[in-house]
Amino acid sequence: MKTMIRTFLSAFAMFVAVSVAAVLPAHAVVEIDINKGNVEPLPIAITDFLSGDQLGANISSIISADLERSGLFAPINKGAFIEKISNPDASPRFEDWKVINAQALVTGRVTKEADGRLKAEFRLWDTFAGQQLSGQQFYTSPDNWRRIAHIIADAIYERLTGEKGYFDTRIVFVDESGSKEKRVKRLAIMDQDGANVIYLTDGRDLVLTPRFSPNRQEITYMSFAGSKPRVYLLQLDTGQREIVGNFPGMTIAPRFSPDGQKVIMSLLQDDGSANIYTMDLRSRTTTRLTSSSAIDTSASYSPDGTQIVFESDRGGRPQIYVMGADGSNPRRVSFGDGTYSTPVWSPRGDLIAFTKQSGGQFSIGVMKTDGSGERLLTTGFHNEGPTWAPNGRVLMFFRQPPGAGPRLYTVDLTGRNERQIQTPNFASDPAWSPLLD
Amino acid sequence: MRRIQSIARSPIVVALFMTLAVAGCASKKNLPNNAGDLGLGANGAAPGSAQDFTVNVGDRIFFDTDSSVIRADAQQTLAKQAQWLQRYPNYQITIEGHADERGTREYNLALGQRRAAATRDYLASQGVPANRMRTISYGKERPVAVCDDISCWSQNRRAVTVLGGAGS
Repeated sequence: MKTMIRTFLSAFAMFVAVSVAAVLPAHAVVEIDINKGNVEPLPIAITDFLSGDQLGANISSIISADLERSGLFAPINKGAFIEKISNPDASPRFEDWKVINAQALVTGRVTKEADGRLKAEFRLWDTFAGQQLSGQQFYTSPDNWRRIAHIIADAIYERLTGEKGYFDTRIVFVDESGSKEKRVKRLAIMDQDGANVIYLTDGRDLVLTPRFSPNRQEITYMSFAGSKPRVYLLQLDTGQREIVGNFPGMTIAPRFSPDGQKVIMSLLQDDGSANIYTMDLRSRTTTRLTSSSAIDTSASYSPDGTQIVFESDRGGRPQIYVMGADGSNPRRVSFGDGTYSTPVWSPRGDLIAFTKQSGGQFSIGVMKTDGSGERLLTTGFHNEGPTWAPNGRVLMFFRQPPGAGPRLYTVDLTGRNERQIQTPNFASDPAWSPLLD
Repeated sequence: MRRIQSIARSPIVVALFMTLAVAGCASKKNLPNNAGDLGLGANGAAPGSAQDFTVNVGDRIFFDTDSSVIRADAQQTLAKQAQWLQRYPNYQITIEGHADERGTREYNLALGQRRAAATRDYLASQGVPANRMRTISYGKERPVAVCDDISCWSQNRRAVTVLGGAGS
């Protein structure tokens, strides 16, 4: 299993992007303004990449699925295509694409290099302006073809929305099997579209709440190994694991600092309180940040590392608080009905996502960092634990309907585009990786 | 019947439940753990055994939603636990704190710890030496009753006194 992980990770650095486009004119007309309230998905034609085999069509279908799931694109059914692309380097017949209302067109080719590597090229066309918007080529090992597709989907997303994509990313989560009273939980990692699931633990120990390091090479999580529940660190490339810190009691709710140098977590203390600590991974020094007799937990840094959002019941019920990274000046920011927990700071810095309990229902919502502008994106019997896509536009969370196990879902910031992620078993506690590069 | 199966850990508990159900005095809440209260002490469990503790004393107490306050019914159970534990001083014990599923994972781990600590403190106040007791929280990870309504949630908000160490 370790070998599989290593192979997967070693592929990270193998991509070379080369622009194959003529320089673009500045006045492309096709674009998506994703800051508008109600975005009409952009009709886009994604042709099968030319290849001697099925690979070209497979790559196109992954690009198409990524873009479709974002809710911002409406890939056109291939059956409607008029022109059959035989030379992806030549200008397409724009009229044939305008007539089926394809505002953007993607063409491409996959070839095998003499050294065994795969070469994938694509071009993105603005059909109404009659010009090429983007063109790039990538090299990788053949078993890495899905990543090529995600990278191309990200390039298309970025060119047409002006924002970074999030398709070339992975999810670490908890795979759940067995009955509810005897649930077996395993750490697992997969691509953001649910492909390439790899298990990181064998299910012997109860494991919870995995989170990525900023460089994606480490996971911090909580394990009940040896009946000594503690926060752990797992190196993905070697499989090496260790307990984080030498605390006298249970540690829970870990996350990395944005620079990856610290893990922030809660220590469950002998008097029944929970307080927030950090451990510096280099110096191994621990610092206590809160000293209340309440439960302070689920801490998450702002992306610039200067502030921490956390959950506390110091006011009676769980609410969201913000304090300085040194623990200074804690102040409550959630004031709506019900209770608030699992706050997570957006990678863009502008919003805090949370789980809200009110009226017997569980919602996933967002608020500004001062607590204003609360919006609930989904509400139901049980929704919990949001995690941000690296571009801050989409959240993943888990949902547990009555009488069933949990599953993973995504919802965008409009709340209108909600999708289930296919997983082999029940799944919970997702955490989104940063963009790979 | 699903919840009955999930509670029943030993054939004796099942047998007790059947007896009570037939007698028509089944109180769902106290059934499995407070059987001793109902005068059913002589049931074959060897005095001083783990089975004696579980069946005749009651190994668990229950909490109100989002609370770690030891209720009056729980105080009675803990007083009996303390007596028993003082009579049999060789047992080390682990107090497991649990929460129902109607909360978020991390908060529930902390809440379970708060319940375990409150239970330990109460037992200590009744004379059980603190150095015999350790605590652990399972949050909402180890429910004993698995339906999706309050009849199950109220059984999962619990602290269980386990003889001999951790393990749920």
